[in-house]
Amino acid sequence: MPDSGVRAPGTEASTGSRDRGEFIFAVQGMHCAACISTVERTLSEAPGVLDARVNLTQRRVRVDVAAGTDPDELALRLSGAGYDATRLDAGALRSVSTDAEAQALLIRLGVAGFGFANVMIFSVVVWSGAEGTTRDLMHWLSALIATPVICYSAQPFLRSAFGSLRRLRLNMDVPISLAILLATGQSLFETQLGGPHAYFEAALALTFFLLAGRYLDMRTRSTARSAAQDLSSLEPDTATVIGNGQETEMKLATIGVGDLLVVRPGDRIPLDGIVQDGDAELDNSFLTGESRPHPVAGGDRVAAGQFVHTGRLVVEVTAVGEQSSLRRLIRLIELAESGRNRYTNLADRAAAVYAPAVHLLALTAFAAWMHLSGDLRLSLNIAVAVLIITCPCALGLAVPAVSTAATGRFFRNNLLVKEPDAIEVLSEVRTAVIDKTGTLTAGTPTVDSRHCPSGEHLAVAAALAGGSNHPYSRAILDHVRSRGIAAAEVADLKEFPGKGVAGFWNGREVRLGRANWTGAGDVPHSAAFLKVGSGPAQEFRFRDRHRDGAGDCIKGLNSLGVDVVLMSGDSRPAVSEMANRLNIAKWHANALPEDKMRMVRELCREGRTLMVGDGLNDTAALRLADVSMSPASALDVSRVSAGIVIIGNLDRVPEGIRLARLARMRILQNFAIAAIYNAVAVPVAMLGFATPLAAAIAMSTSSIAVTLNSMRMR
Amino acid sequence: MESIAFLIGVTLLAGLIWLAIMIWAIRSRQYSDPEGDSRRILKTEFDDRPK
Repeated sequence: MPDSGVRAPGTEASTGSRDRGEFIFAVQGMHCAACISTVERTLSEAPGVLDARVNLTQRRVRVDVAAGTDPDELALRLSGAGYDATRLDAGALRSVSTDAEAQALLIRLGVAGFGFANVMIFSVVVWSGAEGTTRDLMHWLSALIATPVICYSAQPFLRSAFGSLRRLRLNMDVPISLAILLATGQSLFETQLGGPHAYFEAALALTFFLLAGRYLDMRTRSTARSAAQDLSSLEPDTATVIGNGQETEMKLATIGVGDLLVVRPGDRIPLDGIVQDGDAELDNSFLTGESRPHPVAGGDRVAAGQFVHTGRLVVEVTAVGEQSSLRRLIRLIELAESGRNRYTNLADRAAAVYAPAVHLLALTAFAAWMHLSGDLRLSLNIAVAVLIITCPCALGLAVPAVSTAATGRFFRNNLLVKEPDAIEVLSEVRTAVIDKTGTLTAGTPTVDSRHCPSGEHLAVAAALAGGSNHPYSRAILDHVRSRGIAAAEVADLKEFPGKGVAGFWNGREVRLGRANWTGAGDVPHSAAFLKVGSGPAQEFRFRDRHRDGAGDCIKGLNSLGVDVVLMSGDSRPAVSEMANRLNIAKWHANALPEDKMRMVRELCREGRTLMVGDGLNDTAALRLADVSMSPASALDVSRVSAGIVIIGNLDRVPEGIRLARLARMRILQNFAIAAIYNAVAVPVAMLGFATPLAAAIAMSTSSIAVTLNSMRMR
Repeated sequence: MESIAFLIGVTLLAGLIWLAIMIWAIRSRQYSDPEGDSRRILKTEFDDRPK
């Protein structure tokens, strides 16, 4: 997990023989049958494509191509047809392995189903009153099918139970495995003696129902995970290198120290380095949370992850791999990973109570009957009946059935759940730590209308702003347009990267740009200045616009009784202004990644803590927090670190907590259902009245009750 | 008794055939895209050689 931010080199999705290859694309915007047809037809018409097959569940298309087909050309065709496509590299390979795992589980499930259905046929014969040799024959036939089927299908439980016992822990698979094994063993023993009761179908039913729960759980989660992976592949892993006067695209992994990279406006700096040529304004927000852009020129150091607003830069690479600043952050993340509290999930907590209780009950039944009747075989049969009838089936389904339904519900609510326990932890959250830049704010500034020039100077500023792509220029343009003012006539418009824009208006030189370039003093907040002729510089002050739903998010969290802490690497004025505007009482400014980690660790000690963040500077804190969320716009590493990815607005955060609490309630209800059922069934079994038929009915009804209750979560 | 033996054999054989078909279907990825499959039946073009 920690190295997922840096893509492994040489992991191409191409497989098969040399003259053909395979590409996998994540396609956005596919919804219906028509979309499937369009995507498949578009690809099939492209030269070199042998076959194209859409997988709508994963929102992907798999394309078989002849050698030498350009994947970018295919992606271009798809976007021409209206579907944004991204090629998946390593991500695709990772998902193939979960596919294989799900497939193996499905085969086990199928085999268990086969055994269950066939053994049930023979059991019905016995239950309807078969006696003597017929009954023995049916039992033998059942044994013949059940034994190999259980040996094969129950492996996931047996392995997990064994692993847990070896670490001296009890998980839910321990009582499950014990019930399956004992039921099979006792039935084999009884069959061989020609006894009346065999529990083969109970053992198979257990295996079948629980495998079904496990498979559904896995499939929902892998769908959510594959959607998150598709997001993570949206970042390029190539950079433009200058060599011999030519610019070539190269894979990041093949670039070494000393290479010269070209970085254009709108790009992220791919590797650490020193600026050789060019001026630019860089956005540091992903690395430090600062919202103000800062200028760089020749000789300045730049770090991977910085975003270039204006100006073209030539950068000499100074560090790759282990030495790079990205790697250092990743090491911090690994540190956070090891410092994290382990969460014991509800199922394991229930198992820790339930397993010993059941085993004790069975033992008590055995001892009591042994004492009363002195018949070893009868006592053993009753003890096994107790074990089977307290059947962990309902309990084993209690959690996965809810988490399957809940993960699907989260998915439809634009929340991708990546970590298995994320929903459970989310339901217990007491404090939410929220990052400012990029999380609460969209990262796009707006003009503060109380601090900006007015009248015709606004029109001049609009004309100048039109000459640049800088976010401040766009903010000024938006501001002027919203007031219905037309831009003035400004001649000889020229952009000076890292400084601003200049031109001539009514014969006077006009400038819009940085403080020191326009003759104004430095100010502590985000600002740009307009200078007309020799007049004084006039200030445009900017504020960071908060994201849609940010206000609702804070309000929602407060109404759920969750404490909100705003934690940012940005300057004090910017953070306090945001805190005031959103009514957040607790806030910290100038927080370094280490500070964030420390504060999150302290909060985690007081109660379950949720961290919401997007930048590299948040990543370690995201890892350390009990549960974490990251918006889809976040950096690759942060998204990988987060337990839940938010695709929609920020108001999804309180909604997620609400849903998680609902899910927790359903799980507890399921436990209650299982407990009530046990309260009735256990005395019956201990008194020796349980028959295989009664066990089968009890098991099915309790499992169905639990599943139906879980479905209410959808 | 003879008919029972015969019927048991038929049951088991039918079950095994079903099992084999299911394993083949899983292996050939027919369960990997339930959502897409449910939409594909609504496609307007005639698919005379389904893949």
